[in-house]
Amino acid sequence: MISGFNFAYLDEQTKRSIRRSLLKAVAIPGHQIPFSSREMPMSYGWGTGGIQVTAAVIGQTDVLKVIDQGADDTTNAVNIRRFFQKVCGVETTEQTTAATLIQTRHRIPETPLQAGQIIVYQVPIPEPLRWIESSEVETRKMHALADYGSMYVKLYEDITHYGHIATAYDYPVMVHGRYMMRPSPIPRFDNPKMHLSPALQLFGAGREKRIYAVPPYTSVKSLDFEDHPFAVEKWERICEFCGSTDSFLDEVVVSDQGDRLWICSDTDYCHQRSLSQNLSPQSS
Amino acid sequence: MIPLLSVQNLCKSYGAIMACDRISFDLYPGQVLGIIGESGSGKSTLLQGIAGQLPLDQGQLLYWDGQGQVLDLRTIRESHRRILMRTEWGFVQQNPRDGLRMDVTAGANIGERLMNVGDRHYGKIRTTAAEWLDQVEIPGDRIDGLPSNFSGGMQQRLQLARVLVTQPRLVLMDEPTGGLDVSVQAKLLDLIRSLVRTLHLSVILVTHDIGVVRLLAHRLMVMQNGQVVEQGLTDQVLDDPHHPYTQQLVSATLTP
Repeated sequence: MISGFNFAYLDEQTKRSIRRSLLKAVAIPGHQIPFSSREMPMSYGWGTGGIQVTAAVIGQTDVLKVIDQGADDTTNAVNIRRFFQKVCGVETTEQTTAATLIQTRHRIPETPLQAGQIIVYQVPIPEPLRWIESSEVETRKMHALADYGSMYVKLYEDITHYGHIATAYDYPVMVHGRYMMRPSPIPRFDNPKMHLSPALQLFGAGREKRIYAVPPYTSVKSLDFEDHPFAVEKWERICEFCGSTDSFLDEVVVSDQGDRLWICSDTDYCHQRSLSQNLSPQSS
Repeated sequence: MIPLLSVQNLCKSYGAIMACDRISFDLYPGQVLGIIGESGSGKSTLLQGIAGQLPLDQGQLLYWDGQGQVLDLRTIRESHRRILMRTEWGFVQQNPRDGLRMDVTAGANIGERLMNVGDRHYGKIRTTAAEWLDQVEIPGDRIDGLPSNFSGGMQQRLQLARVLVTQPRLVLMDEPTGGLDVSVQAKLLDLIRSLVRTLHLSVILVTHDIGVVRLLAHRLMVMQNGQVVEQGLTDQVLDDPHHPYTQQLVSATLTP
């Protein structure tokens, strides 16, 4: 841990103000709470909201895992992990089961989360109604009155154009039957994992200065039509490293001839599966 | 007979300008009320005030809803007002761009009101949308077309379908034929007239076109500088105008 900084980079007053917003967010599941987002030593769009939430809740005994697109070894994940090692000196891990605090971008781990774990999502645009209504005053009124019918226009358009609901990521959900929420740009595939999850889920949007949360064991329902129910993506392939048939697969182009490889996007999940099958674990 | 809507002493000013000065009238079920006057006479302000889109200075707005209850429109809850606007009321804008979503298909435009009131069955929404396209004489194969690719007359008819799909009881129209050429106007007026009759709609129709009110309106109100200067049966007002402004208005109309 380096000197000259407070533990977890932010000063204690800032952390307290963020924690107050977090408490309010947990008390009203799915409702966006404004918070005084600070300048962070990285640019917007790289997870400034997530980092501030993590900094506000992290303690000396926490074990931190950071993932980006499911992987622990991509630029964003490596840098954020290194940042917290520097300013907190906490233990970090790549194992989902060993972590107490997980900051994520674009994925929820395949390994089911446990009670006591906290997952922090990085959110670019928190407002689900933004595409149908540009006025913030009006969207707040719509949330207050649970006036969400117009959101189905988007689903209607998807079915009309593609024959099915084609929204593949950031698929809108209803939290606790009350507030509509953007789950951040996770694939639709991950939406069911949010439903009744034993872990605490926190969402931070730095540029938009909003925090929201899904407490443990809260219902999270994806929007759908009666005759076009919500469904997740399926692949007719298996992971070429670990043989998983039910995880989210990435298509990787591996040569100039266009050869392709299908592998788990969750590197830790793939690694653990390979170990348990006595395969030599590979890294993408 | 119980009115549908009762407006008493409605006032709205913009600073020193009285846009609506103590306006009172009753509207009965099935009635078409025309409001006519020159630009700036307060017609549109009155309509927006009734629709709740503008804060009013004073006055009383009572509405008898489908269950026979009297609602004070100035004090009902915002949630209730929104439900009312999407079920029993409709607002047809002069410019269809203000009343339609231009970047989603015609079907979704009609379906939105259904989804707003809780319809969650894609197939049923689409069937209803197709029926309404047929009602307003838009070819069924344009259901997946974008309104921005429609002609002005088609856009206005689509707006009508979007408003009428939840079978409202009261429709407010702000110059529905403005900006259309004469033959398209005639076709639209014909359509509005037959829909008003078959659906038993009550309509408040704001226009500056005497031909439109003569064709559609049962009763007529003439406005000037925020005040109602004359009102009565349409034919009576137009054929025997008493107020100097109405006389001027009637004589200024070109008759072919």
